[in-house]
Amino acid sequence: MIDKFRKDMLSVVDRVHDGASIAVGGFGSSGRPDGLLDALCELDRRDLHVYVNNVGHDFTGVGRLLHEGRLRRVTASFPILQEFYDEYFAGKVELELVPQGTLAERLRAGGSGIPAFFTPSGAGTMLADGSFTLRYSPEGGVAEHVPAKEHRMINGRQYVLEEGIVADFGFVKAHRGDRKGNLRFRLSARNFNPLAGMSGRHTFAEVEHLVEVDELHPDDIHLPGVFVDDVLLATNAAADQPLMERSSS
Amino acid sequence: MTDTLPATTVTGRTREGIAQRLAQDLKDGYVVNLGVGIPLYVPLFIPEGTEVVLHAENGVLGLGPAPEGEGDPDLTDAGKQPITLIPGAAITDSAMSFAMIRGGHLDVTVLGALQVSAAGDLANWYVPGKNPAVGGAMDLVAGTPQVWVTMEHVDRKGRPKILPECTMPLTGRACVTRIYTDLAVFHVVDGTLRLVECAPGVTPEEVRERTAAPYTEDLHP
Repeated sequence: MIDKFRKDMLSVVDRVHDGASIAVGGFGSSGRPDGLLDALCELDRRDLHVYVNNVGHDFTGVGRLLHEGRLRRVTASFPILQEFYDEYFAGKVELELVPQGTLAERLRAGGSGIPAFFTPSGAGTMLADGSFTLRYSPEGGVAEHVPAKEHRMINGRQYVLEEGIVADFGFVKAHRGDRKGNLRFRLSARNFNPLAGMSGRHTFAEVEHLVEVDELHPDDIHLPGVFVDDVLLATNAAADQPLMERSSS
Repeated sequence: MTDTLPATTVTGRTREGIAQRLAQDLKDGYVVNLGVGIPLYVPLFIPEGTEVVLHAENGVLGLGPAPEGEGDPDLTDAGKQPITLIPGAAITDSAMSFAMIRGGHLDVTVLGALQVSAAGDLANWYVPGKNPAVGGAMDLVAGTPQVWVTMEHVDRKGRPKILPECTMPLTGRACVTRIYTDLAVFHVVDGTLRLVECAPGVTPEEVRERTAAPYTEDLHP
């Protein structure tokens, strides 16, 4: 019997190793899997590479990972947090800056068995020509650039080759989830979540509501359970969750 | 352009006025993505009887006005501000949202600029030495058929922002189709700039003094 409901966040997230790569859903704090991210801090995981659109605007979520020095590299389109840039310019964290649509499509492609694709976004810019700084030296100056990406003319227009992302883990926040791992999101909290779930070799979903398997109509499932390995109750979810009592560890 | 900046100041449109002028050019049925800054004033001025669908790159097609009260934390725009939805709105994931953008399914993108070149190159994401962040700007200018820039005509030091070539890192090449500033409206036609309108009370000479890029004039009264 398939039952992906899990009770204990820490014992589930414990399989994430130091140095892991993690695709994280959310746009700002909307749809961000804070319970899973906090578990990484509780478990003292370090040297992480996160694929996420934003670092956030404070020391919650991915911002907390940064604040506690747990990040090796961030692949993002809009990191924004000042302390992130301070660490970046100090050579303490790497930044692979990518156009937002490229990040979304790289996650989707990686989860779909597509190793790379051509896109017009960023072609001929410093995000594709090898001049963007991936890592600064602690002594100042550039330690390493993001490598130049292949450009190709297709039908008279220039495109850039971008690689799909297969992350070690996917971190997802959903509105509802069932024992088979089927997920449904709510409004614009969906954003990067289905894509992060597809990208992860092993994907955790924290959900606001655990529901019976027949409560989500097949037409209404946004991310099928085949992409999801463990379903946990979100830390900020309402307390009345009777299904939790019957779920396995 | 001379090396000395004009000593006199010119008062053209306000920031709201720039958005108001641009809004007059939106056509019924357009799907439009609005960047931050001046573009966010555009919805206030969409003419009566013109139905424009607003897109937010975080996966919202059909933004309505800001909510009364706190709003729903699961419903925000690309600036992370609470929003409402219009009847007929649709929500997607980010890959589908950018499929709309990159696939050319939107009509117009309105965004700000640091610099625009004579060929319609755009620089708007990064001032070297500052904090780099790109968001969806490169996808929007790569995929949207019409890219309309709103900006002050000159920078805070009075230096032209419409230049022969951009000196700041590019967002995209030859992507801008129109420029709306406090002083003027330019169209990019066949890879060259054309001045089509001066703001009320602004002369073509005053525009030329503050524009470093070469352009032709085809002024409409």
